[in-house]
Amino acid sequence: MNNIINLIWLVPVLPLAGFLINGLFRKRLSKSLTGIIGSGVILISFIISFLIFLQVKQPGFEPVVVALFDFINVGKLNISFAFQVDQLSALFLLIITGVGFLIHVYSTSYMHEEESQHFARYFAYLNLFVFSMLLLVLGANFIIMFIGWEGVGLCSYLLIGFWFKNLNYGDAAKKAFIMNRFGDVGFLIATFWMINQFGSVTFSEVFSKAHDTSTFVLTGITLLLFLGATGKSAQIPLYTWLPDAMAGPTPVSALIHAATMVTAGIYMIARSNIMFTLSPITQTVVAVIGLATAILAATIALKQNDIKKVLAYSTVSQLGYMFLGLGVGAYTGAVFHVMTHAFFKALLFLGAGSVIHAMGGEQDIRKMGGLKKYLPITQITFLLACFAIAGIPPFSGFFSKDEILANAFAKNPVYYIIGVFGALLTAFYMFRLYATTFLGKFRGTHEQEHHLHESPAAITFPLIVLAILSVIGGFVGIPEAFAKNAHVLEHYLEPIFAESNKIHEAQPSNQSTELLLMAVSVVVASIGVIYGWTRFSKNPDLEDATGFGKVLANKWYVDEFYNAIVVKPLNALATFFNNIFEKSIIDGIVNGVGKGVKYGSRQIRLIQSGQVGGYVLLMVIGMVILFLVEIFIKK
Amino acid sequence: MPINYYIFLSVALFCIGVTGVLTRRNAIIIFMCVELMLNSVNLLLVAFSKMHHLALIGKHADAGTNAQIFVFFIMVVAAAEVSVGLAIIVMMYRNTHSVDVNFLNRLKH
Amino acid sequence: MIPVLLIVIPLIGGLTGFFIKNGKSARDWSLIASLVTLVVSVVGLTVEKNSASLQFDGEWLPALGSSFAVGLDGLGQILTLLTALSFPIIFIATYRDEYKNANNFYALMLLSQAGLMGVFLANDALLFYFFWELALIPVYFLCSQWGGEKRIQATFKFFVYTFVGSLLMLVGIIYLYLHTADHSFSIKSFYDLNGRIPVADQTWLFWLLFIAFAIKMPIFPFHTWQPDTYEQSPTATTMVLSGIMVKMGLFGILRWLAPVLSTGTWVWGDTASALCIIGMIYASLIAIKQDDLKRLVAYSSIAHMGLMCLAIFGTTQTGLQGVMIQMFNHGINIIGLWIVVDLIERQFHTRKISELGGLAQKSPALAILLVIVALANVALPLTNAFVGEFLMFSGVFSSAATKYNVVFTVAASISIILSAVYTLNMIQKVFFGNTNALTEKAKDIYLNEKIILVVIVIAIIIVGVYPKPMLDITRESVDAILSKMNLKQ
Repeated sequence: MNNIINLIWLVPVLPLAGFLINGLFRKRLSKSLTGIIGSGVILISFIISFLIFLQVKQPGFEPVVVALFDFINVGKLNISFAFQVDQLSALFLLIITGVGFLIHVYSTSYMHEEESQHFARYFAYLNLFVFSMLLLVLGANFIIMFIGWEGVGLCSYLLIGFWFKNLNYGDAAKKAFIMNRFGDVGFLIATFWMINQFGSVTFSEVFSKAHDTSTFVLTGITLLLFLGATGKSAQIPLYTWLPDAMAGPTPVSALIHAATMVTAGIYMIARSNIMFTLSPITQTVVAVIGLATAILAATIALKQNDIKKVLAYSTVSQLGYMFLGLGVGAYTGAVFHVMTHAFFKALLFLGAGSVIHAMGGEQDIRKMGGLKKYLPITQITFLLACFAIAGIPPFSGFFSKDEILANAFAKNPVYYIIGVFGALLTAFYMFRLYATTFLGKFRGTHEQEHHLHESPAAITFPLIVLAILSVIGGFVGIPEAFAKNAHVLEHYLEPIFAESNKIHEAQPSNQSTELLLMAVSVVVASIGVIYGWTRFSKNPDLEDATGFGKVLANKWYVDEFYNAIVVKPLNALATFFNNIFEKSIIDGIVNGVGKGVKYGSRQIRLIQSGQVGGYVLLMVIGMVILFLVEIFIKK
Repeated sequence: MPINYYIFLSVALFCIGVTGVLTRRNAIIIFMCVELMLNSVNLLLVAFSKMHHLALIGKHADAGTNAQIFVFFIMVVAAAEVSVGLAIIVMMYRNTHSVDVNFLNRLKH
Repeated sequence: MIPVLLIVIPLIGGLTGFFIKNGKSARDWSLIASLVTLVVSVVGLTVEKNSASLQFDGEWLPALGSSFAVGLDGLGQILTLLTALSFPIIFIATYRDEYKNANNFYALMLLSQAGLMGVFLANDALLFYFFWELALIPVYFLCSQWGGEKRIQATFKFFVYTFVGSLLMLVGIIYLYLHTADHSFSIKSFYDLNGRIPVADQTWLFWLLFIAFAIKMPIFPFHTWQPDTYEQSPTATTMVLSGIMVKMGLFGILRWLAPVLSTGTWVWGDTASALCIIGMIYASLIAIKQDDLKRLVAYSSIAHMGLMCLAIFGTTQTGLQGVMIQMFNHGINIIGLWIVVDLIERQFHTRKISELGGLAQKSPALAILLVIVALANVALPLTNAFVGEFLMFSGVFSSAATKYNVVFTVAASISIILSAVYTLNMIQKVFFGNTNALTEKAKDIYLNEKIILVVIVIAIIIVGVYPKPMLDITRESVDAILSKMNLKQ
């Protein structure tokens, strides 16, 4: 059975093959063939991943590193193109290929109106994305991870700007890429530091040497890595690209900007958990930034009217929770939340896509309403996902969020209080969204109403599957407070986080406290749900926001702030360099030398008067000077 | 007579010649001044020749004669110069109706 | 014998090229000559490393202690391969460009190739200088005869700049020659000088040679000839200039400066590095503001060259191997970019970014190929430039030659972000958006251009995924250079 792990290379190679086929023959393939190839390769990858998972989940499984070939081999530095199969990567493989497959299926219908050439291009990008994401999670060292890391960024760029005729989309794509680059630089410098410090970037070597490294170095490396994570996983200060990234097709938002790519940062930190655990300062930073992002994004989401924007900010906010989990040492909780979030957030986005599809491209929730009766399947699945994200038991989000909050409480009760407040906001804005969209009366045009219809099976099938997962997905992590050894996921991931858990002092998990905490968060979330539901089901908030609401609607003016402190000064500096410094100073000096020579020669030329007498005079003067030199100076 | 007097006379003649060349514009006068300079050199050569001859009279029969041969050379060159130079001046006069050298400033072009 | 062939084939090809009156046959003739050179170069790669066929030492000017010594080592192999590969690519890519007096044009191109080969092969300082000039002189003519509107001014500036550099270098070489033990120009005697020149002299000698090479690369603030020259030269010449000729500067430092004047390099390395970094950021910022495609690529090239030079002064195994592989990569990538620029210019008669737009709809093949080349330009992983840049940055970070390694790395890495800014800006404005009146009638590219771009893209990806062979070629050269550079005082 061990040989299935040796087939690990097939998992990323299949999507790559799909990318190549769809990309190169995009003009010749029919749409259905494209769809079959695009989804099929992911399905096969999923099946292989599942077989691998079955292997990995057996107790006592030791991580396997499959080295394919030497990538960079310079001096003492040896980076091989190697994949690492262990509990963490196997879990992510399942999420990526599983959710990815559903979204591919969904896309075959959602993107069907595109020309076949662009349809194929879309699937090529999507396959390339899955390939990159798989490289990211499979890499056995930081460089392979970085290859995937940049690869997903590239695919995100390509897919956000998929409709390239619209320059605004292009701007959003560019913004995403460039903001991610800030993070990438952090990641890269961290790897240079690791190379310098450990002489290697291979996970096993780096992590084993981390114990004997000074806290200062570890803090530096982990902070830089975290900077990388803030870019990819949209945290303060690099989160503003994610809402703009909603310009891409909706399935892309579901796959990349909700379920998989944005969790890359969490994966990376979970992967290098030991380094983070050994540097408490970084952990605090991670927790604080995560929490701050969770709250900030949640407040913004309160006042957004674009269905995808609300979901985007809720994604940012949920990612914040995951970072909070990482920061307080609840690595399992964070990974757990990644998993449940992948289910319900993909579902929400796909549901939103179904709504947008039915509405003929309309995304403003103020023009929707009452869609319940037109889109029953979408409505019910969306509702389930809303319960899941709001943290209502027994939906999946409850378990994962609760685990993070419980750990946060153990670390610092303030984290818990703020986190619960964020949960309140989450429940509220999600049900504001739900109520405004599906309840009440329809507020769109007649024409739109006429066209309202439930989406085809290729769209509803993924919705149903994801809805089931969103409901039951939490049962892999039932808290110990309810039943002994019920937390399957924790035991599964135990080997990955064992060392970190040893360092974190044993949680004083008082069963009654834990139950109390749970009760509090459930009550708070329910308040948010009920308030949101009742308030917006009848009279949705259609007016433009005023006062403080306007600040929220304008996203706290963060984009404007960045514009003022980064973009504009840089632009001004570039203009100054281009127009003044380069032309007047540098080129000025160069040309000045030329001009000086010209001027000098023009002056000297005057001596050449053409008068023979003048020449003779100069000659005589010269001779006299020579005489004088000879007589007076030489001696 | 001490050699000094000859030297002073010769230098004076030479300087007069130089000044003449530098200050006058008439080609013929310049030409004459050039001759004056040549002749001042001749004078000097002859004077030194005599001096050496007197000093070395017992040892070398022909001591100091080289200088006098040079004088002849100079006179020959000067004569050649006169013939060519005067011809140039005549041509110049034909072309410009003047013997003013300042007309001849084409060198600057 | 191989190094001699590498020089002689283009030389003879060029000289005979002058006499082929028909422009089209001259073009084909030079293409054939360049392909033969490529074959020889590839054969050179397969020959065993210490084989005698890679060295040649003939009599040249025995009275001066100079001989016609040429040889191929790892560094030379990388660069001669680049030269040999670039010329056929350039000839095929610009196959449809029309030149008046085409025979002279192609002949001069080949002469320049011969000169370049000589530079990369010479094992004798005087020979090196000779070929250095031989490579440049044809370029002066190429720019001034076949260039754009302001070609005379641009050529003049280029000429004066590079000539100043050459003369400084000559002075330096002569000084070193006079101090060699056996009054010889051979590279061995020069390397023997290492550590024997007084520190005070090393300073000014370092700057003489460094400025000569810095002008060629170019390094801030000696760079202003470059955008003008690139803009005004015919594109084929620009490709030679930016793809290969700028590498002469780096090569010069690697072979003739750092190992000979190791103390001077060590003392002044920080200053030179600072110049490199200033240049990187400065050029990147200016590139953001460029509207002319050629100038944009020119400034981006300045930024990339700055990084390579910086890595040399880092004096680490990783960094130097990165430089060597990156010299090759940069050559390939920038030629790819120029091909795209040339295609755009030929079709629309403009290089202004603001006048273009929406080309992705009309020429998807061009757009895809350009995007890949451009991504290599921003050093995305799995493209060749990533390997080079990663190694170089890593080398700078772990450098023991400077106290400021961390500062240098962080400052230089700003250019990683800026390169994304200007490259994506360019892609977006040229290829995305809607078409305008000018680009409405755009056609997709011809087969020969497509093939060449595909070749480039394949090279980009192969080196990006499997750089090992390239890295293996350069390893020994790097060891040799490092062993000489680490003498310090």
